[in-house]
Amino acid sequence: MNKKIRIVIAKPGLDGHDRGAKYIARALKDAGYEVIYTGIRQTPESIVATAIQEDVDFVGLSLLSGAHNELFPRVVDLLNSQNAGDIVVFGGGVIPEEDLAFLKERGIEAIFRPGAPISEVISFIESKTGSTAA
Amino acid sequence: MELIKRITRGNTRAIARGISVIENNSDTKEELIDGLYPFTGKAQIIGITGSPGAGKSTIVDRIIQFERNNNKKIAVIAVDPSSPFSGGAILGDRLRMQTHATDPGVFIRSMASRGYLGGISAATSGAIKVFDAAGFDTIIIETIGVGQTEVEVIELADLIILTLVPGMGDEIQAMKAGIMEIADLFLVNKSDIDGADRLKSEIEYMLMLGPENDKAHTPQIKLVSAKNNSGTEELYNTMFKQLTLFKESGLLDKRRKERIKMEIEHIFIDKLKDILNTRLNLKENMGIWIEKVYNREIRPYNFVNKKMENLKKENLL
Ligand code: B12
Ligand SMILES: Nc1nc2c(ncn2[C@@H]2O[C@H](COP(=O)(O)OP(=O)(O)OP(=O)(O)O)[C@@H](O)[C@H]2O)c(=O)[nH]1
Ligand SMILES: [Mg+2]
Repeated sequence: MNKKIRIVIAKPGLDGHDRGAKYIARALKDAGYEVIYTGIRQTPESIVATAIQEDVDFVGLSLLSGAHNELFPRVVDLLNSQNAGDIVVFGGGVIPEEDLAFLKERGIEAIFRPGAPISEVISFIESKTGSTAA
Repeated sequence: MELIKRITRGNTRAIARGISVIENNSDTKEELIDGLYPFTGKAQIIGITGSPGAGKSTIVDRIIQFERNNNKKIAVIAVDPSSPFSGGAILGDRLRMQTHATDPGVFIRSMASRGYLGGISAATSGAIKVFDAAGFDTIIIETIGVGQTEVEVIELADLIILTLVPGMGDEIQAMKAGIMEIADLFLVNKSDIDGADRLKSEIEYMLMLGPENDKAHTPQIKLVSAKNNSGTEELYNTMFKQLTLFKESGLLDKRRKERIKMEIEHIFIDKLKDILNTRLNLKENMGIWIEKVYNREIRPYNFVNKKMENLKKENLL
């Protein structure tokens, strides 16, 4: 057995701010994870199809445009409806404090905002998998 | 095995899981591959290789479209390198193919090389069987961006496409011996930038100097701009024309049998390695042996021959 944790990093919607997503993708690679990066302008449907084909453990969403309350829950719902509710959804970007509770309730298990250290992201992933990448 | 049944029915989640079973080297891997084997052998397998950034993924994206226009089901295995330091990877090939993400006739799977050399990953051959058994008509393997000698895709594909781009004329000279020899189809991509015609002539010249080939074997050269989608349809038609020729001339069967030979050899070697590892307890002993050889206390051949003799005596080999 030689299981590797696989993670999709995706940007739903029309938001073109991709620095954060690329930064997170690289940091997770350096932490030993296999990261599938799909680029900007993805629909929730294409993100979910990708997650299923790639058989990932996590979907990490990045959004700075403000559309997170609509698009993040949509990804969770689609995963659930396709029997893939076991995939953990988390996210990050410019997301106001007051939206955090709502997103959590809708199944986005963690949100990392500007300035969040990568070590926190890694701790979160480890807490969900019960192991480290390597 | 329930998973086998679901894969042969083309269930997306099952296909994805099956590939993971193989990739993670799970206990059920052998059972899965053997269970799928009777359902394989129908798909056409195309390997696309070439240096980093040559445009391989962009071309695959175009090929997918032509296949879909013809109502064919197509699967892509896109390999990217794992970091030798962290073991992690960024798998970015599918970024260029995402317009097809939700098309049920298209299945794209990214794979990290996980330390495997040769431009593919150890699980690539198994993943091909999963897609083949699941009923995909065509399977494309995109290798990692390769140099001269990473030619192992030839052990997997019916047809090899080598992607080259202008500005690497000198490299062609260097490549002569390795990767240039495995190509059935030379694809000069980025024909929208200067130097593509010159590159094409250089390849033609190089092929003229090469050994005489039979007709089915004569490599084709195509000028393409994947970005502008020019020359791509001709490329697509040429690919399948070549495959038909290979089939008619018997070359395809010959290649597939050669591949089975390699596969059987690989399995034997892997199993023998496992046996050696446990019987000789290599994990613990290797350090000691290294010291002894380093200090010139023992000589490598003599030492190994003695160990082998012992194994034979004890009937462990
Ligand atoms: C750089 C920038 C741009 C660049 C983008 C370059 C690029 N390719 O990314 C340019 C100049 C192009 C740009 C354009 C625009 N921008 Co702008 N931009 C910014 C700015 C200044 C910094 C963003 C950035 O790159 N930060 C650095 C990265 C590393 O940080 P990050 O993305 O936040 O990521 C961190 C965390 O959020 C988290 N994270 C992010 N994603 C993820 C994902 C996961 C899975 C995890 C775990 C963590 C995580 O981890 C990262 C590291 O800590 C922000 C302001 C700000 N301070 O955030 C505005 C901002 C995001 N932009 C804004 C706007 C309005 C625009 C424009 C609409 C402006 C316009 N009217 O034209 C356009 C839209 C462009 C588009 N196509 O979408 C607004 C958004 C407002 C809102 N949310 O309501 C902001 C907040 C500025 C503001 N205060 O008004 N922008
Ligand atoms: N000018 C030009 N650029 C192209 C063409 N085809 C691809 N590109 C660009 O070349 C870059 C690399 O393209 P990819 O398709 O990712 O190349 P690749 O060979 O798959 O790259 P790796 O998988 O990283 O080795 C991208 O910026 C493409 O847009 C082309 O025909 N003309
Ligand atoms: Mg590529």
